[in-house]
Amino acid sequence: MLFYQSFLTVLLLLAITAPVSLAFGFGGAVASRSHVPPVAWFGKLYTSIVRGVPDIVFFLFFVIALDQGIEWLRHQALCPDWSEPIRQGNDFLVCPQAKAPLSTAPQWIHEVYNFCLAIFTFAIVFGAFAANVLYGAMNAVPKAQLETAHAYGMSNRQTFWRILVPQMWVYALPGLGNLWMILIKATPLLFLLGVRDIVYWARELGGSKTAVYAYPHGDWRLYYFLFLLVFYLAFTRVSEIAIERMTRKLSHGQATAAGEQMRREA
Amino acid sequence: MICGDTFQAYALRSLGHGERLLPKADITLCDQVVLIGSGLIWNIYFAAIALLAGFFLATALAVAKSRPSRWIRKPAEWFIFVFRGSPLFIQFFLAYLAFVKLPKVGVEFMLFGIEFDAGTHWLTRAWLGATLVLVFNTAAYTGEIFYGALRSVPKGDLEAADAYGLTGWHRFRRVVWPTMLRLAWPAYTNEAIFLFHATTLVYFSGFPARKQMGDALYYASYFADKTFNPFVPYPIVAGFFILGTLVIILTFGLVGKRLNRHLPQINRKRFRFRPQWIR
Repeated sequence: MLFYQSFLTVLLLLAITAPVSLAFGFGGAVASRSHVPPVAWFGKLYTSIVRGVPDIVFFLFFVIALDQGIEWLRHQALCPDWSEPIRQGNDFLVCPQAKAPLSTAPQWIHEVYNFCLAIFTFAIVFGAFAANVLYGAMNAVPKAQLETAHAYGMSNRQTFWRILVPQMWVYALPGLGNLWMILIKATPLLFLLGVRDIVYWARELGGSKTAVYAYPHGDWRLYYFLFLLVFYLAFTRVSEIAIERMTRKLSHGQATAAGEQMRREA
Repeated sequence: MICGDTFQAYALRSLGHGERLLPKADITLCDQVVLIGSGLIWNIYFAAIALLAGFFLATALAVAKSRPSRWIRKPAEWFIFVFRGSPLFIQFFLAYLAFVKLPKVGVEFMLFGIEFDAGTHWLTRAWLGATLVLVFNTAAYTGEIFYGALRSVPKGDLEAADAYGLTGWHRFRRVVWPTMLRLAWPAYTNEAIFLFHATTLVYFSGFPARKQMGDALYYASYFADKTFNPFVPYPIVAGFFILGTLVIILTFGLVGKRLNRHLPQINRKRFRFRPQWIR
């Protein structure tokens, strides 16, 4: 039962992460295009640092860093008269009230908390990729379109929202589609973030003996993982087909080769 | 302890030489840099072998996929689909579990007077098993890149080759293959970087690090666990990997220059690495 639930966990993660990281990416792309140098530097730094480093390093790093950051902030707010240093040698100690989540909290809160950390980490990493894609897409919109908008007396803001943003999606879609595929394929890494996802359950249920139970069957992990492989293959295939359909739909009436071809066919 | 001693003790720790015990308490910055750098040897090893072997396999896959015969095309298409469509992480798990299940057979043989034994148990070790998975994985991705390039080889080049009477192997080796490489090179550079980054997954996915001989990330997470401070080891790993990525870009840039050397100098676009960063 929990095994099937964990599939829902993965799907839920995908469903939440995709829009959140798209928003991160949009913010990053807009920041990189900004005319204010510090904002532009921030946007470019964000994308280039996240891209240059293996994502698994980020997954391992951010979870601890975020956890400690949250606990540190709560520590500053909740126990101002705590005199001992937080870093005692190799230990990271905050006052008990500042633990996030509280050590008295029920198990499900811990799980939800971990899940939220995981989503945030995924969103930061994939937001950087998405920022790169969207940045390219914004630059790909024909300059003439923007100049025409200005000629019609639109302000910068209006040009951005009414002309640039609606047109950039068709240029962004191949990249975003790729990104979606990578996101799907990155979900097993959830396992490393301490979320009980499908990889965790495949190992638990497949093994003949675990910490809690001794199953009557032998080592079935191979078959469980084979099943996961098939699941992911099917998932990516379906996504591929869906993205193809979407591309066709978005190309309709656009000033691109594909759009032109559709116009001629019609 | 000065840094030189640490270097002597731990520089080759990931290969099993030097000090046996990892530092437990009083971990200095020097310890971290040296040990993580030592782990990087494995990452470079995995990436180098996988790129080298994957390159030839990918060429074969691309050629097979562009063949009209179903019996050659379909297997290549399926191979590429399976390895590109599923997460590398799952592939590692699956491969490891499958390799463990293999019956243990071994042969011993003499080569140059030294006794070797080759057996299936080697497949469960990261140095062979994980490398094999990486080779197949990168071959599938690269195969798809090469296939795309193969289909966009200019028609004029092929007609010229026909006009010169080149056929079969000569036509492929002299005309099709170099052009394919030239067209695919920027995308292939990307793939190489991704592969280099993917090597960090090996020790987190089933393949055990025997006697604590692991890769860069393995040692970094060891330090993060021990010191409970992620802000030192992970940035060190990140720094090493950024350096490695730069080396890859430079090397591939030089090769790309050589591949393009016959083109007219003025028209020739300077080899520019246009990062896409996602594959």
